[in-house]
Amino acid sequence: MVKRVLTHLALLTGAAVMLAPFILMLSISLKPPGEVFSPHFALLPTQWYAVENYTAAFTKVPLLRFLLNGLFVTLCIFAAQALTALPMAYALAKLRWRGREAAFAMVVLALLIPPQVPAIPLYIALWQLGLLNTYAAIILPSTISVFGIFLMRQFFRTVPDDLIAAARMDGLSEWAIVWRIMLPTAAPAIAAFACLSFIWNWNEFFWPLIAVQEEHLMTPPLGIAFFSNAEAGTSFGPLMAAATVVTAPLALAFLLAQRAFIEGVTMTGVK
Amino acid sequence: MANPHRAEAIAGTLLALPAFILMWLMLLGPAVAVGLLSLTDWNFGEPRIGFAGLENYQELWGDRVFWISLRNTVIYVGVSVPATVLLGLLAAIAIEGVGRGRGFYRAAYFLPVASTLLAMALVWEFMFHPSVGFVNQVFRGLGLPTADWLQNPDTALFALAAIGVWQNLGLAMVLFMAGLKAIPPDLYEALAMDGADGAWERFRRVTWPMLGPALVFVVAITAIRSFQVFDTVQVLTEGGPSKSTEVLLFTMVQQGFTFLRSAYGAAITIVFLVLTLAITLAQTTILDRRAHYG
Amino acid sequence: MPGVALRGIQKSFGATAVLRDVTLVAEEGEFLAILGPSGCGKSTLLRILAGLETADAGEVLIGDRRVDSLPPKARDLAMVFQSYALYPYMTVGQNVALPLEMRRLSAWQRVPVLGRMISGAARRAIAADVAAVAAPLGLTPLLARKPAQLSGGQRQRVALARAMVRNPAAFLMDEPLSNLDARLRGEARAEIVALTRRLGVTALYVTHDQGEAMAMADRVAVMQGGRVLQHAAPQELYDEPASLDVARFVGSPPMNALAGHIGEDGAVVVSGARLPWQSTARGAVMLGVRPEGWVPAADGIPVVLERIEHLGAETLCHMAGGAVLRLSPEASRGLAVGQGLCLAVNRAVLFGPDGARLPLAAARREPAFG
Repeated sequence: MVKRVLTHLALLTGAAVMLAPFILMLSISLKPPGEVFSPHFALLPTQWYAVENYTAAFTKVPLLRFLLNGLFVTLCIFAAQALTALPMAYALAKLRWRGREAAFAMVVLALLIPPQVPAIPLYIALWQLGLLNTYAAIILPSTISVFGIFLMRQFFRTVPDDLIAAARMDGLSEWAIVWRIMLPTAAPAIAAFACLSFIWNWNEFFWPLIAVQEEHLMTPPLGIAFFSNAEAGTSFGPLMAAATVVTAPLALAFLLAQRAFIEGVTMTGVK
Repeated sequence: MANPHRAEAIAGTLLALPAFILMWLMLLGPAVAVGLLSLTDWNFGEPRIGFAGLENYQELWGDRVFWISLRNTVIYVGVSVPATVLLGLLAAIAIEGVGRGRGFYRAAYFLPVASTLLAMALVWEFMFHPSVGFVNQVFRGLGLPTADWLQNPDTALFALAAIGVWQNLGLAMVLFMAGLKAIPPDLYEALAMDGADGAWERFRRVTWPMLGPALVFVVAITAIRSFQVFDTVQVLTEGGPSKSTEVLLFTMVQQGFTFLRSAYGAAITIVFLVLTLAITLAQTTILDRRAHYG
Repeated sequence: MPGVALRGIQKSFGATAVLRDVTLVAEEGEFLAILGPSGCGKSTLLRILAGLETADAGEVLIGDRRVDSLPPKARDLAMVFQSYALYPYMTVGQNVALPLEMRRLSAWQRVPVLGRMISGAARRAIAADVAAVAAPLGLTPLLARKPAQLSGGQRQRVALARAMVRNPAAFLMDEPLSNLDARLRGEARAEIVALTRRLGVTALYVTHDQGEAMAMADRVAVMQGGRVLQHAAPQELYDEPASLDVARFVGSPPMNALAGHIGEDGAVVVSGARLPWQSTARGAVMLGVRPEGWVPAADGIPVVLERIEHLGAETLCHMAGGAVLRLSPEASRGLAVGQGLCLAVNRAVLFGPDGARLPLAAARREPAFG
């Protein structure tokens, strides 16, 4: 019994440490400049500066634009990933064709390559094509998700062959089978994949930093970094407001769909 | 259909083709290209490209900054991985053990993993502020030594490591929780019947051995993620102060994109790739050995 | 002296009552089977005895000691789990040795690696005990293997060895044979009974298989819906079931339950046939007749033969409506499907519409036909 209470205490302390940055971020975003650096620590401001800070965040930098860019980019990326990964996963899992084993070996090999490795050649290629500083530059490299292919293939393998045979007898083409049969069956795995793709690509900083220079194309992390550099320590309140705005969609989505997120992450362990 | 097998083969190939092409275009092709590029002398924008053999690697070998960068990266990984894995394991065991409030704890510990590191790094910058920062205020209150965490070359890397642990702990925890759930509960009951119901005996005789494969996996994943540290360096310290937080990917970006030395940057990328593959290889070998002799 | 006793046990999980005032006593050295369908509470009862669950009310006694507040390790019981629960990363030898290590070695002696240096003598004694227990179970050549390398039957024996090695006050077994092939089960049954008899230890054996319970146990406790319906030796359970539920549970094929009626004259009437059986009860009744308890006769209960199963040693005749008749192959010669028969009842028990047992006496004995 005592052990239980102590464990809870330890866990709560840990939770406080884990959540402290979020609470602090929110707290600062509500404070006027005078109170931000006050040596006397207080969670809530004496003078509510929320409106000013958040307005400043949206006006000093095109924050709304950043958010929309983030949304646009993640949606395009996931759409491309789903459109290419699902059919290949199905082909790898259920169909017999020459080169299947080789193709799968290449997928596994590609899984081992960290995403930063292709950066330099991709940059050069995009530069040659004149595509640097465009949405395409941000989106293209992430359109392939070998993780997604792998995950979906593992899942598709568990679908009974009879189900597919019945679908074929009913006249469905292989393409139709992917979307009408496999997709609904693997819905939870796809939901998890979508969550992971969304988190990963919304938060991605390394590649967009390299691929894009112009403000109007920036994704949320880039936008925040830009804001931080531009204002260099003067407008901390608005900066935190911007940080809150950028982190909020993910935090909210995560809290609402905890299960899907965590299951998706756990599935990486099911190798 | 004259030959159903042929139709299936065609369908399979066609369905896999788009992804296959993209995979080569975006991942495998460029990976090969990086390797080849590292053997040239090309700088970005130059009209001509020449074969340079292993010159880039030789230069790397003698490059003081590269070695500092490598050393810092290894220290960073060496510090943050054990901390992340240990804390993640403890959190997983504790949360699975208490039963109540599981959802809340899981959410609280995992939230950093889902959040935008860039944004949170800036919050951490504030938290590390020498006078009004949260960290120093708490430390002062507890009687612990304080420092100018991000500006002091002796502490900067460790401050970044702390942020890294904070971010990755939830991931390790969640993976361990899945591993813990897979342990059959009647093993613990058999232990209870056999007289071993203390926390240490339970951990030592069932939890630890059964988590073995999960442990190897978590260490590998955490190590690979730690190796890829970049965001915090780029936005908080830019490799400073005095190159104390210069890490491998940061050096690669500096050389390859800021200084436009593409071939040299490619060489650094290859080193980075080899080290990552080494970790994965170690993981597979250990797991393989365990499966056969365990 | 009772070996093990559970008195007045009540247990609920949330709003569901799983055990309702259960009292069960096993004599020392007795092999007691706890028989019942899934969900009847038998496993929960065993786990309460083991100390893995606590009862909401009631007492648990081992010998004459109350053990309710003691943890499992202090109760001197050994359990064989349905899944065997062998520690996957220890060898067979280490699995069997663990209970002894926990009991005989101090915490310091159990420290990994270093502890071995201060416990040489004790460990040698433990190894000797392990070998002694492994030999009769045929496990000696397997001591260095890990559970994953063993067959189901071998794992089962390791689980038994681990339970035996401590010489506990009682063995608890929770459906230990259900994961074995049918073929192996027969042998394993005999082994377990021989083992417990030889050791003279009290054994409680939970199962849903009535054939197993009947074959192995000294006494069987039939449970249903969280209650003990009857606790008696197998033959008594078979011949004198306390209720219709018990009667239907024990015996294969199950007892026939025929709807009938008793008028003012006390005679049992089934399907219009007035039978030579009398009772003091009146009104609607159920007449329980085992498949071997009736024979074709000149007059009796009218039935129509729907299906015949020739099983070699006996013939089972299935009637329209579900009743089953058991005959010797000679007696069943000449019977044809679709034939109408009359069956005279030689042995029966009587139940009320609620399943409770009612008095029954033969009015006069009809000689068996043929």
